[in-house]
Amino acid sequence: MKQETFENRYQHDWQAFEALLEQLEKRQSPSVVQFATHYRRICHYLALAKARTYSPQLQAQLESMVLRGHQQLYNRKTQFLYNSLQFIVLKFPALLRENWRFFWLATALFYLPGLVIFLAIQWDPNLVYTIMNPHQVTEYESMYDPALRHLGRERQSDTDIFMFGFYIWNNVGIAFKTFAGGILFTIGSLFFLLFNGLFFGAFASHIVNVGYQSTFFPFVVGHGAFELTAITIAGAAGIKMGYSLLAPGNLSRLDALKQSTKVAVQLLLGAAFLLIIAAFVEAFWSSSTLLTPTIKYTIGGLFWLLVAGYLTQGGKGYAT
Amino acid sequence: MQRLDSQIVIETPEGISLPLTPAGPGVRILAFLIDAIIRYAIVFAVFFVLQFFGDIGSGIGLIAMFLFEWFYPVFFDVFRHGVTPGKKSFNLRVIHDDGTPICFSSSVVRNLLRVADFLPSFYILGVLCMMSNRRFQRLGDLAAGTLVVYDSPSVQFAESRIEGSQSFPVPLNWQQQQAIIQFSERCNTLSEARQQELANLLTPVTQDRDQAAVNTLLRVANGILGRQ
Repeated sequence: MKQETFENRYQHDWQAFEALLEQLEKRQSPSVVQFATHYRRICHYLALAKARTYSPQLQAQLESMVLRGHQQLYNRKTQFLYNSLQFIVLKFPALLRENWRFFWLATALFYLPGLVIFLAIQWDPNLVYTIMNPHQVTEYESMYDPALRHLGRERQSDTDIFMFGFYIWNNVGIAFKTFAGGILFTIGSLFFLLFNGLFFGAFASHIVNVGYQSTFFPFVVGHGAFELTAITIAGAAGIKMGYSLLAPGNLSRLDALKQSTKVAVQLLLGAAFLLIIAAFVEAFWSSSTLLTPTIKYTIGGLFWLLVAGYLTQGGKGYAT
Repeated sequence: MQRLDSQIVIETPEGISLPLTPAGPGVRILAFLIDAIIRYAIVFAVFFVLQFFGDIGSGIGLIAMFLFEWFYPVFFDVFRHGVTPGKKSFNLRVIHDDGTPICFSSSVVRNLLRVADFLPSFYILGVLCMMSNRRFQRLGDLAAGTLVVYDSPSVQFAESRIEGSQSFPVPLNWQQQQAIIQFSERCNTLSEARQQELANLLTPVTQDRDQAAVNTLLRVANGILGRQ
């Protein structure tokens, strides 16, 4: 068949398909019952045009229609709200338990160096300056001075919302960086976990040395349940991603990376969820000086139990 | 037909090979800069408005800054099928490396890993990574399985500028026929002098010169395509 005849015979079908595509691309949801059949017909025209070596322009025109059709046919529709809820309640804890090795590795990398430096600084208080510079030490010290009306970063009494925003911007950003660094063969995640563990341990120990524990520990116990757990989960996700490059198993490194990242990013989103809760608790609960330390320790302990219960029991029997 | 080496071909379940043209570092950096300017302009405007609401406003501003820093591209990837304003200005689009539209989790991966691409500073690692593979994928693209490609422009039929058809003095093989068809389709985009220069290459066979030679070739193309 000559090209001109071919064009004349099927032109109306192509135009109809293009009209359909335009509607779909504008999300005007027309009747799409016939879409798949119609799309396959266009694929067929393209195959014919190629086999008969019709002009490049005709081939290009059909090709672009196929490409646009492909984008519509394989569009992954999602029910965002339902999926998020299901993810938080069931999938995330189940997925984390499935990756328990990475979680405990990250936990060890975060807490053990922290514990070592804590004990070391108890033994020789000057060792704090190996981790923090003197300026940082005084700055952080002033945050937990028992004479303050509010704990944490220096602020007025009506700025809880400001701090909420600050914690989200700062802490979730740190978690994202802890995760992303993992792609460099786990190095970035290991660095952030070790660094944050050391910093936290050193600072906690120094606070005990200067005698501010009555303000510091009640402050951190509440949101720590969410924040510290979330940081280790983000680290675990990053390590999982980098580890797939180090030990890809039967897959090519690229395929191993893609597969592990699919899981790792879900762990990270779970961690981000915990961090948002942490920011809320830190800004509105931990900072209050009206509550006695006993109440804070009790509620803080309950938060830890809550997180542990959620991560160990949530989504039991849910197949990930 | 021979493809350009900057194209990659993806086979769909329908057995069709789709050609895609990955976008290189240069154009992507420009697109990124445009997006960055838009992003900072919005964040600046948000802070400007919210400063009238004191610390509460600043708090909300920080949350907005967080969202814009990390999720600005994710928003466009999910709701605009992978086209951010910066990409739109260069006709670019993010898709999965199997040609399907980008989804939420892939978008989150490729945009969060921007941090790793930024190392040691100014996206040096990302650019090196892009230049080391022929699909121009940065680390985030490799992990998420995504590509940045040029959007294929919608193609228009060139108008046939001449009536009638004729046969060529000697038999033509398929490649020669293709060459003549391509000449007729691209004729509109060439200057008159260039059209004639190309057509004159065939003067020894057609015995025509200048505009007459061009017209002859167009009529031959009509004949091959079956136009009357």
